[in-house]
Amino acid sequence: MSDALLHVELVAADRVVWSGEATMVIARTSEGDLGVLPGHESMLAVLVEGVVEVRADGGEVWVAAVDAGFLSVADDRVSILSEQAEMSHEIDLERARHDLERAQSEGEDDDEALEAVRRAEARVRAVERAG
Amino acid sequence: MAASLRELRGKIKSTQATKKITRAMELIAASRIIKAQQQAQAALPYARELTRAVSAVATFSNVDHPLTTEHPDPKRAAVVIITSDRGLAGSYSSALLKESERLVEKLHSEGKEVDLYVSGRKGIAYFTFRQRDLADSWSGYSDSPTYEAAREIAEAILAAFLAGDESHEESDVEPAEDNERTPVDEVHVVFTRFRSMLVQEPDVIRLLPLEVVEGVADDDDQLPQDGDILPLYEFEPSAAEVLDALLPRYVTSRIFAALLQAAASELAARQRAMKSATDNAEDLIQKYTRIANQARQAGITQEISEIVGGANALADANAGSE
Repeated sequence: MSDALLHVELVAADRVVWSGEATMVIARTSEGDLGVLPGHESMLAVLVEGVVEVRADGGEVWVAAVDAGFLSVADDRVSILSEQAEMSHEIDLERARHDLERAQSEGEDDDEALEAVRRAEARVRAVERAG
Repeated sequence: MAASLRELRGKIKSTQATKKITRAMELIAASRIIKAQQQAQAALPYARELTRAVSAVATFSNVDHPLTTEHPDPKRAAVVIITSDRGLAGSYSSALLKESERLVEKLHSEGKEVDLYVSGRKGIAYFTFRQRDLADSWSGYSDSPTYEAAREIAEAILAAFLAGDESHEESDVEPAEDNERTPVDEVHVVFTRFRSMLVQEPDVIRLLPLEVVEGVADDDDQLPQDGDILPLYEFEPSAAEVLDALLPRYVTSRIFAALLQAAASELAARQRAMKSATDNAEDLIQKYTRIANQARQAGITQEISEIVGGANALADANAGSE
């Protein structure tokens, strides 16, 4: 792979959340955190609710909270697909914290509740990591 | 002149009021249609990437998945009908429902039972009026569908489709109406495709089982560019698991695309219907105004001739007596 840049697209079901050049992408797959650098082999991975970190070309770090989805890498093109995705600056931290507390108080008994907790957690973490 | 002047004035007034309403609806539809089209545009990248991914998995792994497996002897078919919540959109609903009836007829003739899944109040009203059972229905979003709505529909039909498959214990998602229903073997979607502002036509796609071939979904403008060679993918954690997570989302995204197309079509159809209603109202007003003017003129003429006649008669009488 020639030049060391990734073309990243973070796509939610109803919009493109972020796209641009980046040097590194970190996302949480069902097997654990995964970092993608330029020249990564082509792959398709299942993402769980969590935080996606993109080190943009200019040195800034973009953080987004995503729902379960996919990451595909091919020829230094990284697409992150998620039904819902939010950039950290779009998230209202107060509300995210509040949501998290509520989700936690409702327990983590079944899959759905656990998912809600993880989603809320992801949003809070996204903001904290960006800040 | 049959109608009196006063009656005609009343008609003109009420037609003018109608015209105001239809004009307003036309303008509202016209402004919303742009938003609907943008929404459809915005959803494209997601659909395109998903399609790419699905093609990739399908091409490089020989994993069998219940969602892609053709049933040897399909007995029951589900038809998802995407209609509008409101009327006043010309032939939009009736054209779509006609197409649906045709499809249902065809499926019946192939010996399949048909479950109806209806989105939109117009369709629900149509079928309940004819006392046909609906397997499930949704309404309340037809002119600006959300992804949530698509997900609800997808969950219901996936549950119905997978109900017969032992490896998927998702039947708890199924609407608990009658539990002894046999599983659905295929799923069709009827919606209105938005070809252009002027042309919208009802269309049928078979959603499940998915026909996953390279470059699927060519009917949805989601085709990956030609000559797009899919690289050899590594799957994390495994091809089967990726497919498992991918396919339901793919189905949802197809439904979402159909909803968005239907929304744009509905608005376009409404705009057109309301435009012609406004034009007709204008014609009527013009016609009534002419008749009213004529009636008024006739009245005046009659009055004059009556006066003249009266004056002449008086003059004659006077002349006679002198």
